[in-house]
Order: sequence, then C-alpha cells, then structure tokens
Amino acid sequence: MIFGIPIIQLVVLVHAATLEMKSIDMYIVDNDLSSMSYELISKFKGSSFYNISGSSFSMDKANKAIEKNQTDLILHIPSGFERKLIRENESKVQLLIDGINGTAASLINAYSTSVISDFNRNIIVDLTQMPAIKNMNPIKMEESYWYNPELNYKIYMLPGILVILVTIISMFLAAMNIVREKEIGTIEQLNVTPIRKFEFIIGKLVPFIVIALFELAFGLLIGKIFFHIPIVGSLGLLFGFTIIYLLVVLGIGLFISAISSTQQQVMFISFFFMLVFILMSGIFTPTESMPVWAQRINVINPFYYFMRVIRMILLKGSGFWDISYEFFSLLIYAAIMLSLAVWRYRKVA
Amino acid sequence: MIKQTKHIIKVNQLRKSYEKVEAVKGVSFSVSNGELFGLIGPDGAGKTSIFRILTTLMFPTDGNVSMMDLDVVKDYRFIRNNLGYMPQRFSLYQDLSVEENLAFFARIFGTTIEENYDLIKDIYIQIEPFKKRLAGQLSGGMKQKLALSCALIHSPEILILDEPTTGVDAVSRKEFWEMLIRLKEKGITILVSTPYMDEANMCDRVALIQNGEIMSIDTPAKIIDDFGRKLWAVKSDNIYQLILDLKKMESVDTVFPFGEYLHITSKADEFNEERLISDLEKVGHSNIRIQQIKANIEDCFMQLMQ
Repeated sequence: MIFGIPIIQLVVLVHAATLEMKSIDMYIVDNDLSSMSYELISKFKGSSFYNISGSSFSMDKANKAIEKNQTDLILHIPSGFERKLIRENESKVQLLIDGINGTAASLINAYSTSVISDFNRNIIVDLTQMPAIKNMNPIKMEESYWYNPELNYKIYMLPGILVILVTIISMFLAAMNIVREKEIGTIEQLNVTPIRKFEFIIGKLVPFIVIALFELAFGLLIGKIFFHIPIVGSLGLLFGFTIIYLLVVLGIGLFISAISSTQQQVMFISFFFMLVFILMSGIFTPTESMPVWAQRINVINPFYYFMRVIRMILLKGSGFWDISYEFFSLLIYAAIMLSLAVWRYRKVA
Repeated sequence: MIKQTKHIIKVNQLRKSYEKVEAVKGVSFSVSNGELFGLIGPDGAGKTSIFRILTTLMFPTDGNVSMMDLDVVKDYRFIRNNLGYMPQRFSLYQDLSVEENLAFFARIFGTTIEENYDLIKDIYIQIEPFKKRLAGQLSGGMKQKLALSCALIHSPEILILDEPTTGVDAVSRKEFWEMLIRLKEKGITILVSTPYMDEANMCDRVALIQNGEIMSIDTPAKIIDDFGRKLWAVKSDNIYQLILDLKKMESVDTVFPFGEYLHITSKADEFNEERLISDLEKVGHSNIRIQQIKANIEDCFMQLMQ
C-alpha cells in the first residue's frame, strides 16, 4: 500500500500535471482559398500540437464554436491574403484565442505565432485577444534551453511530484501515529513506562525516514526507467539532503500529532498546511514570480527548499556548496520542529 | 529498603479539579506493604482520577501522594520503573501478537520475558497457546490476562488495576481475583478499583468512594459489622408496587431494590413480620415472602450514601 499507491500517482500525475499543450483545437476561417492559405493551414495540420476541429467561411460560426468550448483557437485568413503578400510583400492573418485559461492562451499564442512566422516572416499576426503582443519583434531569436534542452516537461515535473509524494507519505503517517496511540489508548500504557520523551520521538522518526527514503529511491527508479529523467548530480547528496528534509517534515507531523487529540483534527490541520505549502512550493510556477510577501512565507515552507534542491541536484548536478543555503536552513528548521514536538508531547496531563 | 516502609502508598488530602468539576475532593488513605486494597464505588466516583495521579499520568490539583516514600510529581521516573498499571481500557497494541506485546513491554523496561517469567507464569501459561495470535483478536478474559502479564513483566513493587473486571464474564472475574490473590501472596502490593460490590470481600481492606469523597475505609468484615442494624429481604408478585407501598408505611425506614428482593430496615430496628405481611395483603399483594438477612457491602454502601 505505502509503495504501490505513490507509484501509481507518480506515473499518472507526471502525465497529467504537465503544462505542455497537446492537441490544441483549431477552427479555420479561410476566406482567401489560395495556394498560400492552403499551405499555411497544412503547416498547422502537419504539427502534432494542432487538431483541426472545424472550418467555415463565417466568423460568426467560428465565434459560436469558441463559445461552445468546441475550439481553443480561430485562425482567420482574410480574402486577398495571397495577393497582398505577393504584391506588398506583407500580409495579415488573425488569431482568436480562448483566453479563459491565461497560461494556456499565452502558450497557444506563442506556438501559433511561431508556426506562422516560420511559414513566412512577412505575415503580420493580428492578435485580437492579446493586444500587447501585436507589435511583433522582427528580430529572430535563437533560443537554447540549458539543463532540459528539449523542454521536456516531464523531466521538470517528475522530481516535483516525487517531493510531494515523499512528503505526504511521511508527514501523514507521522501525524496519524501519536494521535492514533492516543485514540486507542496505548499511549497510556507507554506513558507509565520509564521511556524518555526523546527516545519515544526517535522511535517514531526512524521507521518513517526509512520508508520515505525507500519511496524516493523507488520513485527515482521509475523516473529513470519510464521517463528517462537525467540524474546528473550525486545521489548520495540527494539522499543526505532528503534525510534533513524528512526530519523537518516528520517534526511537523509529530508536532501536529502531539497537539491534537483526534485523527480528524490531524487531518484538518495537515491538509491545511500541505495544500498551502504545495501550491507555494514552486512546483508549477516559479517562486520568483510570486509576490514578495509570499516569498517571505516560503521561508517556512519545507517543500520550497526541497523542490529547488531536488531539481538542482538531478537536472543541473549541483554540488553541496550550491545547495548549502537550503541545507543549513532546513537543518535549523529540523532542530526547531523536533524540539517543539518533544516539548509538546506530554507524558503527564 | 523499600520493603521496610509500612505504608507503601500514602495519599493525603488529594484533590483534582477539571475545568469546572471537582472530581476528587480531599481524599486520604494509605496502603500497607503487601496489601490488596480495593477502591469501591460507582462510575464517576473519581476512582480513575485517583489512579491516574498515583500512576504519575496526571498532576494533582492539591494534596500529596507518595509511593514507596517518593513523591509522585518529583520522583515520577523512579516510580514508573517500579509500578505496574493496567488501565481501564485495553491499551496494548492490537496489531501485535500476544508474544510481541509482552516482549515489547519487557524491552521498554529493560528486561526480558525470561527474567521475570516466574512472576507471570501462572497467568501467561493460560494464554500461551495463543501467543501467535494478534492481541486485538483475543476474547475479553484473555485480553485481561495479557494486560496483567504486561503490567507485571518488569516485576513491579506495586500493581494498580483500574476496573480490571468490568465487562468480563463471571467465570473470568472469579479467575482474575484468584490470580490477584496469588500475586499478593508473592508480596506485591495491589490497588484495585471496581464498581462491583461483591468483589469487595476479596480485598484486605476497601475504601468506599462516592462523588470524589471516601465514605469509609476498613476491612470488608468490619464495614459489614458497622452496619449495626437488622435487615430484611422482602418480595412479592408486584415488586414495583411493593416499593411504593413499603415506603408509605410508618414503621419502615429504608427500602432498596436488590435483585429480586427489596432490602428494608425498620425505624424501631424490629419488625413484626406477620403483621407486615397482613398489612401488605390488605393493599393487594400476594406471594409475600419476608426473612431477616445479613447485610452485605452494598447495603453498607447504600446506607452510607444517605
């Protein structure tokens, strides 16, 4: 159970949580019907990203399609497109993009504009819903992406999802643990024994660290086999860092467990923190683009540190000194959380 | 050194208040070395609160408690090493087997099953055939035996049992008390609480407790002697009507239902039994039986409660 479920999540989520746009539904209004317009349309048809969902000569019908959510994008080629392009060496097409999902819209815009300018750099794209990008830069940019040259989204997402899985497993299991002993009453029997508080907490920590490390190793293996993620940096460093990270997460879990008296309370508190932490961690969006106050809050977000470090080590091959800030921050964090957990775990009411 | 103390448990003016309720209201008692001491009282009398303070699980609001001449608040660590506690609720690991539970608690106390096997042998031998079974799947009586074994595994000086026989069948209850008496013979001081009055007779001394106050502390025989009045058991076909009618009679002092009989006392400490029967027949009772009986602990309890 502990191993099987996260692996399924890993395989499913990496595919689902990608920002890559595939099968963009496109509606074509070709009022020119020239060889040039036909060529432009086949350029889109030939791309694996586009999927022609319909075509007509009427913009009204095209707009209806967008309203009914049947298409993401309308390509409008006005009549006289070819003639203008040949005579004046310049012509216009219009793109209408469904802007409900802003991220998707800007991606569609970027893809489509590059397809068109690839076809002929002299066509001016008249973009209705994104006016800011209307004045296109005539300079052609040569881009090269480091560390992930093919911009393979899975390589970026897999380490992030791995962080979430490892954390959820360890934090939840730890948080449920003490409170469960409270609920079934075994804590009573333990409390009358001479066992010391820190011995008790260590006894609770070790098994979960082992489980979480197994989980990480297993996840990396799956990533290597099925997604071919690169492992550039040192695995020893990654696991070392993970242990520090787990001390923080388990410390939080045990602390929540020690202050709660029922499993419901634990669920409620840990869900709250988990959700906030995950969304702020930078798994989907870079933390640098968050408002300053959010970046400040991220100082206490353990996900944030690990999310950065796992990507740095796996994809960039960062060494210890590159991650030393995160390392020592988490070390201090771990010391604080574990002291809190030991302090709050009361043997006497 | 510990054994030389005459009173191994001393409780002096103990008070415990929860937010609004005062559960224990100035309780004092002491238990001698090697004694089997019973705390008898109904649910909610404060027995568990007293036990949780004695076992160092809870701080007293006021008063002091010493165990083996050590203070429960300051010297809790030493006390925990020399104390066996069996909570009211079965609180062993249900997902561990019988054997694993025992080994786990032995290890926590830094000992082994073998080291103190003599002490638990009589009890453990009865559950040994099931030692591979998960503790959660044992019957109620066997769970009690396992819990008792675990509480004894470190050879404690004092054994504290919180309502060990509540919810256990009559045969197992009897067996359990026999085990306690054998443990007492081995020199272990035992403090036990129970809501069952009939179990009081098994104790050396009992404290009758009600609403956080001790009403009487003595040997069971002495408590019964102190009842000091004559008692009759009465019964007829319509018990409920009988209660109402008896309470109306001038000569009758107290009436308490007791199984199929009513226990009554008289104001003059004497009844003319035949007259009582004829009086009752006049108001329509049939099959009336009356006989003088000896008081038991419960009668004393009911009398003290007034």
